[in-house]
Amino acid sequence: MDTANAENVRKQVRVYVTVFAALMALTIITVTISTFHLDPPAAIAVALLIASVKASLVAAYFMHLISEKKLIYAALGLTAVFFLVLLFLPVSHFADRGL
Amino acid sequence: MEIPYTVDPRPDTGVYNAKLGIWLFLASEVMLFGALFSSYVLLRVGAVSWPHGYEHLNIPLATVNTVVLISSSVTMVMAWASLATGSFRRYRIYMGSTVALACVFLVIKGFEYAAKFEHGLYPSESTFIAIYFTLTGLHALHIVGGIVVNSYLLGPGSAMWQTDPRRFTNRVEVAGLYWHFVDLVWIFLFPVLYLL
Repeated sequence: MDTANAENVRKQVRVYVTVFAALMALTIITVTISTFHLDPPAAIAVALLIASVKASLVAAYFMHLISEKKLIYAALGLTAVFFLVLLFLPVSHFADRGL
Repeated sequence: MEIPYTVDPRPDTGVYNAKLGIWLFLASEVMLFGALFSSYVLLRVGAVSWPHGYEHLNIPLATVNTVVLISSSVTMVMAWASLATGSFRRYRIYMGSTVALACVFLVIKGFEYAAKFEHGLYPSESTFIAIYFTLTGLHALHIVGGIVVNSYLLGPGSAMWQTDPRRFTNRVEVAGLYWHFVDLVWIFLFPVLYLL
């Protein structure tokens, strides 16, 4: 938001408050669900899904990624690729061992 | 020598230089925390048994800390919005709140660590406790870094608002991007370590 004008920012403030409320609600939901002690696969899927939604809200609105320049998206896209490689390296380790 | 493109976007990148710089730094941070998350997955999948976080860790304290950190992210973005709308007085209130909330987070984390030590739970206790201290400790160091930068922008650094307000607003935006990233890391640390 390089050329942020005051009026646009004032409108954004309402969005920030809404996102804040959503983040609080999602925090309560994820803690409540954790008390059910679901089976690990379901518990992991639900917890990571809610965390991903929360992270997306922070990145999109607080970090302004919803309206950012192409170069930033390109840098983050490349980062995402390397991050996924890093995250799935352990999988290849277990595949090698036939586990 | 004047530093170029501190206010206006550079024509070829479309953003001011500091913004591109902080995003590239955050990309390297993703890889730093990514390596540790990857290690966590490897250790957890490879372990014969793995404790549930809720058996060893204090979920109510961590939930309060989650609320504190999310609140600090909101006050940070409101601090930037205050400058963008020309209100330096509101900026000081919001930035002061951000620094205060960050300190609250560290105090609560300190209580949590103290309780672990009281029960003899040191990093050498188990792989789970070791990676808990590694991940939350590194995250806490990032909180300390954010407090230092934000305190500067609240105190002596804010003199720039009088001489170059647009540049100062950009500085606060860049500090904000870092701060939101620290919040973002916690959003994943909380369920992964405490709730699963």
